[in-house]
Amino acid sequence: MKRRTKVLLSLTLIIAIYVFVYFSELYMDPFIKRILNTGLIYAILGVSLNLINGFTGQFSLGHAGFMAIGAYASALLYMSPETKMSNFFMIPLISPLDRIQIPFFWAIIIGGLMAAGAGFIVGAPCLRVRGDYLAIVTYGFSEIIRSLFNNLQNITNGPLGLKGLPTYTNLWWTVSWTIITVIVIKRIVDSSYGRALKAIRDDEIAAENLGINLFKHKVLAFVVGSFFAGVAGGLLGSLLMTIDPNSFSILFTYQIIMIILLGGLGNITGSVVVGIGFAFLMEWLRFVEMPMNIFGIEIPGILGMRMLIFSILLMVTILFFRQGIFGKVEFSWEGVAKLFQKKKVKE
Amino acid sequence: MGWSLFMQHLVNAISLGFVFGLVAVGYALVYGVVKLVNFAHGDVFMMGAYMMFYASVLFGFPWLAAVIFGIALTALLGVGIEKVAYRPLRKYPRINSLVSSIGMSFLLQNFAVVVFGGIQRSFPVPEMMKKTIILGEVRIQSVSIYTIIFSILVVLLLTFILQKTRIGLAMRILSTDFDTARLMGINVDRTISFTFALGSALAAVSAVFYALRYPQIFPFMGQYPGSRAFIAAVVGGIGSIKGALVGGFLLGMLTVLLPAAFPEYSGYREALIFALLVIVLVFKPNGLFGQEAGEKA
Repeated sequence: MKRRTKVLLSLTLIIAIYVFVYFSELYMDPFIKRILNTGLIYAILGVSLNLINGFTGQFSLGHAGFMAIGAYASALLYMSPETKMSNFFMIPLISPLDRIQIPFFWAIIIGGLMAAGAGFIVGAPCLRVRGDYLAIVTYGFSEIIRSLFNNLQNITNGPLGLKGLPTYTNLWWTVSWTIITVIVIKRIVDSSYGRALKAIRDDEIAAENLGINLFKHKVLAFVVGSFFAGVAGGLLGSLLMTIDPNSFSILFTYQIIMIILLGGLGNITGSVVVGIGFAFLMEWLRFVEMPMNIFGIEIPGILGMRMLIFSILLMVTILFFRQGIFGKVEFSWEGVAKLFQKKKVKE
Repeated sequence: MGWSLFMQHLVNAISLGFVFGLVAVGYALVYGVVKLVNFAHGDVFMMGAYMMFYASVLFGFPWLAAVIFGIALTALLGVGIEKVAYRPLRKYPRINSLVSSIGMSFLLQNFAVVVFGGIQRSFPVPEMMKKTIILGEVRIQSVSIYTIIFSILVVLLLTFILQKTRIGLAMRILSTDFDTARLMGINVDRTISFTFALGSALAAVSAVFYALRYPQIFPFMGQYPGSRAFIAAVVGGIGSIKGALVGGFLLGMLTVLLPAAFPEYSGYREALIFALLVIVLVFKPNGLFGQEAGEKA
């Protein structure tokens, strides 16, 4: 298939998505819209973590930390001075931050950049520590962030968190950012950088022998991945209207890791689909926690059942579908075309 | 801080250090033999505490019998987890087992929430452990003394198993060279099962001491000591028993003495402990006592 056709098809798809967004914003049930927004944020997180874990093979457990940085940095910038005043009633916010308020878009960008800076700092020791040890260092990093945010009361309001954030996040924002994330990361993965990243994943020593600059590429993956994690954090903060340091714990990172595992490591399509599906599944699974009436037998709702079912599903995937649900199958226009051709042949 | 207060904190720190140290040894044993960071270890610790609780409260076992019953069941649980979650993945890249252990940790916690309930339950504490010993001006909880004495006994027993028994020898060989060990006729599966049983039993023993100190048990109780012990194991050089114990001591000291000495900075304790972990890993990737293995991939 020609490159031009593919670009045209992609553009058509994007326009179709935006038409869908336009009508959803007008007519969709607010509850469904909220889940869809959450799902798209999961998709951004999944795709960005996939760049680090799936394509570069650097097992990072620090994504929640990057998110926390993005969420706090952007929230402190887009909140109005009045809301800040009412939030920081224990210890006032430090001087320049308590007066400034900038548009949502720039706040998100700055949040992402702050997270990217942290990604640079975390990515740098990658050269010395590998494998499980890198997982430990990144885990330590996200715990340090959480602990600092719990204590720096004059910046983050400590464990009380920030409340009453304005709801700017809507489908326009989440869909646009998901599209940007997918395009940027897809472009990186398909470029010479991406081939270098995959070479590092497959065999670090061989890659180095071929003249690939390990430091540069690993740090690149971390910086790009954490930028989008920061963006997702900013969007999530504005969607949930409240953030506190302890919601960005290691459990959050585990959930994102599950998303990329279920979707298949190094599979962008998988991360997006599973990310959105995950949000809907978690909502749908709520029914198991409600009291049920099966054949006249009253079954009381059991709290936590939802997470138990989810973790069993996860273990089944880890043990029996090591390639994830999608394996190596990525969405591509060639694939779609083939699908149609096959049908024609059958007819 | 006066001398007597310092002594009290010191005894406290040492006994807490032993608790962390024993959990850390569990991490180290498993890592040494199968090269797996067992993220579910802290939750095995939690299951141990619950088994003792149920044996004692629900089935009315005498306290000591309940503890022994709990340790035995926890050891079995450890073996079961290895069979189900890690053995099928052994021939795949190590990252698969690591993820599996994360999933297992998730599963055990949620299982505990559903089956045992999310509320806190009080762990039974026998009378003799509740006393406070007064030596001059120093007041020490008797639990701390018992913890120290029994931990030393457990460490001695562990050293004996590792150094003097055939299965201990097999474990040590497996930790140096997996394939050669198999060639030498060592039953790899059985040795690994035994390693998990031993590690889980140690987790259960430390769960007793921990639950006696803080007699509230809940489904997420394994996270804090688990992550502490994990740091201890890594700082000490993961895979090294001596390192795990030393790391546990270091962590115990930091956890108790730091807030005692600088109360105004006690909130930063967690950040400091994790910073210690990161610094050790970046400058001495093999930990303080780790073997100078060439490749850590």
